[in-house]
Amino acid sequence: MSLLEIKNLHASVNGNEILKGIDLTVNPGEVHSIMGPNGSGKSTLAQVLARRESYQVTGGSVSFAGKDLLERKPEDAACEGLFMAFQYPVEIPGISNAYFLRAALNALRKYRGEDEMDAMDFLPLLREKMRMLEMDERFLNRPVNEGFSGGEKKRNEIVQMAVLEPRLAVLDETDSGLDIDALKIVAKGVNAMRSKDRAMVLVTHYQRLLDYIVPDFVHVLVNGRIVKSGGPELALELEQKGYSWTERELAGARR
Amino acid sequence: MSSTVNQIQDLTQQEYKWGFVTSVDEDRLPPGLNEDVIRAIAAKKGEPEFMLEWRLKSYRYWASQEQKQAEPKWANVKFAPIDYQAISYYSAPKKKKELKSLEEVDPEILDTYTKLGIPLHEQKLLAGVAVDAVFDSVSVATTFKEKLAEAGVIFCSFSEAVKNHPELVKKYLGSVVPHTDNFFAALNSAVFSDGSFVYVPKGVRCPMELSTYFRINAQNTGQFERTLIIADEGAYVSYLEGCTAPIRDENQLHAAVVELIAHDNATIKYSTVQNWYPGDKEGKGGIYNFVTKRGKALGKNSKISWTQVETGSAITWKYPSCILQGDNSVGEFYSVALTNNYQQADTGTKMIHIGKNTKSTVVSKGISAGHGQNTYRGMVKILKGAQGARNYTQCDSLLIGDKCGAHTFPYIEVKNASARMEHEASTSKIGEDQIFYLQQRGISKEEAVSMIINGFCKAVFKELPMEFAVEAQKLLSISLEGSVG
Repeated sequence: MSLLEIKNLHASVNGNEILKGIDLTVNPGEVHSIMGPNGSGKSTLAQVLARRESYQVTGGSVSFAGKDLLERKPEDAACEGLFMAFQYPVEIPGISNAYFLRAALNALRKYRGEDEMDAMDFLPLLREKMRMLEMDERFLNRPVNEGFSGGEKKRNEIVQMAVLEPRLAVLDETDSGLDIDALKIVAKGVNAMRSKDRAMVLVTHYQRLLDYIVPDFVHVLVNGRIVKSGGPELALELEQKGYSWTERELAGARR
Repeated sequence: MSSTVNQIQDLTQQEYKWGFVTSVDEDRLPPGLNEDVIRAIAAKKGEPEFMLEWRLKSYRYWASQEQKQAEPKWANVKFAPIDYQAISYYSAPKKKKELKSLEEVDPEILDTYTKLGIPLHEQKLLAGVAVDAVFDSVSVATTFKEKLAEAGVIFCSFSEAVKNHPELVKKYLGSVVPHTDNFFAALNSAVFSDGSFVYVPKGVRCPMELSTYFRINAQNTGQFERTLIIADEGAYVSYLEGCTAPIRDENQLHAAVVELIAHDNATIKYSTVQNWYPGDKEGKGGIYNFVTKRGKALGKNSKISWTQVETGSAITWKYPSCILQGDNSVGEFYSVALTNNYQQADTGTKMIHIGKNTKSTVVSKGISAGHGQNTYRGMVKILKGAQGARNYTQCDSLLIGDKCGAHTFPYIEVKNASARMEHEASTSKIGEDQIFYLQQRGISKEEAVSMIINGFCKAVFKELPMEFAVEAQKLLSISLEGSVG
C-alpha cells in the first residue's frame, strides 16, 4: 500500500489558487524530490501536507497511511508520522531545545499508546542524534532556534526528525542557506534516516542537494502542476537546461 | 490569521474553577464605616489601646481623603465608583471553641481547602511548608508552629502578634507603609481584620518556606489583610502567598497592605500567586485588588525580592516596591501579569535607591488576551546620595488576539550622575507560526500556547519556589484556556 497518495489536489492561499491539480504517490522506502522554480507551489504543497490552516484545500484528496490526511489537525498528522522540516524554523524563546523535543516525542508516544519517556532516557538519545548532526551539546539547553545561525537551525530540524522518526519526512528547502560543509552534514543525517519503512519528500529549488541525497524520483512542479517526472537524471537535465525548458515543453505539450 | 484569533479566543474561555461558597456561620458587622465601626473591630479583636488609636487616626485620615474625593484616579483602569458605606468591614467564622489542632477545624473549611488543592492534612506531612490559613479574616489553623518556634521564628496571625508581641508590632507597623501613604493603605490601616506576622531573629535562616493561603469567602465583605515581615540582622526568610476566591456577582474590594523590613545582611523573598475571581466573560463581577506592598531594605547588604504571578482579579492595582536604604542593598521585582476577558491590571514596581551601591532588577512580563488591558507602571528613583546605584529593567508584553491592550509607563528619575540604568522593552504577538511549528511536532494547540507563554515567563518562573512555579504554570494555562483559537 502506498504511504502517501495525492489525487488532483487543489489549494489556495488568501484566495489565490496555488496548487492546480497535483497527483503524487509515495511508497514506503522511497525518496521523492519535488523541484521547481520560485512560486511554483513547492512550499505550499509541503504546508498543505503538514495541515497548516491558512492554506485552504479547494479540491482533491490526500491519503496518508490509508487515512484521509485532509481531515487531520496538524498535531494529529504529526502524530501519525508526518514530519516537516521547515524552510524557516521558528524561534520559541524561553523553551529549551531538549524540553521541547521531549514534549514532542512524548506527544507522539502518547498518541501511539506508549509510555512517556523521562529525561534520563531521553537525553542520551538526543545527544546521540546531535552528535550525528555535529551539533554542540550547548544546543540542548538553548531556547528552540533562538540565536541559532541559519545552518544551525536547519541542522536542528534534522535532529528533530532523527528523534521523532517519522514515517514520512517532508523537507522544505532544507538546503537553502546552507554552505557546502553544512549541506554535507545535513545530507549525512538525512541519508542515515533512509530506510525501507520511511519515505521522504525533498522540496528544493536546486539540484545541489540531490548530489548528496540521491532521490528515487524527481518531479518538476511548475505553476501548481507536476509537469514532468523521472529518475535522478531528470534533476541533472534541469540543472543544465533550466526550468524554462520544462515550461516550454509544457507549452508544447498543450499545443 | 483570523482562525488564529478564533483559536486564541477558544482557549481563554474556561470557567473559573474555584467558584464555590462554603456555608459557615459568620460573625459579621453590618455594612458601613464610621468611628464606631473601627471601635467595634478593635473590640471584637480584643486589641490594646495603641492599636485602636492607630486605627482611629488612619480612619480620620482616610475619611478626610474620602471627603475630598481623593481616591486615586491615575491608574489606567476603569471601574464604577465604590460605595464604601455598602461594605461590611468585619466578618469572621463563628468560633465554637479554641482550636488546638487541625482536626478541630470546621470540616467545611477544610473541604474548601481541599477543593483548592491544599489539603492541610497533607500539608502537615509536606515537610518544609508551614501554612497559616486565613479564612476570610481570621486565621483558623496554623501548622509547623513548633518547628518554627524552635528556630525562634515567629509566624502567626496578625491578631496573635498584637496580643503576644505588641512591642514588635508597635515598632514596625506603618514603618514602611505609613497610614497616610495612600487612600487604600489608609483604609486598610483603619479596618484591617487580620493577616500574617513574621519575625525572623538575628542570624536565623528560616527552616522552611512560609506560606499563607488567603480566601475571600463572605459575600460583600471587603477583605483587608495586613502582613508584616521582619528579618533581623543576617536572617533569611522566603514567604509564599497564594489566593483564590469564589464566584461573586458583585465586585469585592480587597485592599491589603504588606510591609517588609530587612535589617543588615538580611534577605526577604516574597512570592505571590494570585488567581482571585477575575469576573465573567462579559466583565461582570470579580475582585478589585488594590494592594500596597512595600519592602524596606533598611540595613547594609540587605535584600528584598518580590516575585508575583497575577492571573486573577477584575482590577489589579499593585506595585510591590523596594526602598533601598542600606548601602549595597538589593531590590528585585519579577512579575507575570495576565489579563483575559475584561480584566484590567495596572501593576509594576518602585525602586527607590537611597544607599550607596544599591542595585535593583525589574523583570516584568505582561500577557493580554481577550479584551484584557495590561499596564506596566514602574518607577526607578536614584537619590542624590546613592553613589554607584544600578538598575536593570526589562519589560515585555505579549498580546494574544487583537482586542487586548498592553501599555507601559516607565518613570526614571536620577539625581546622582554615577548611576547606571538599563531599560529594555518589547511587545510581541503570539505567532501563528510558533503555534504551527509546535503542532507540527505533535504538540496540541493548547499545549503549544501554554508552552510559548511559559517560555515568555521563564525569567520570572525561575524565581519562584518549585511547587509554586508548577502551580503558576498551571494557572496560566487555565487562565488562558479558550483564548487561543
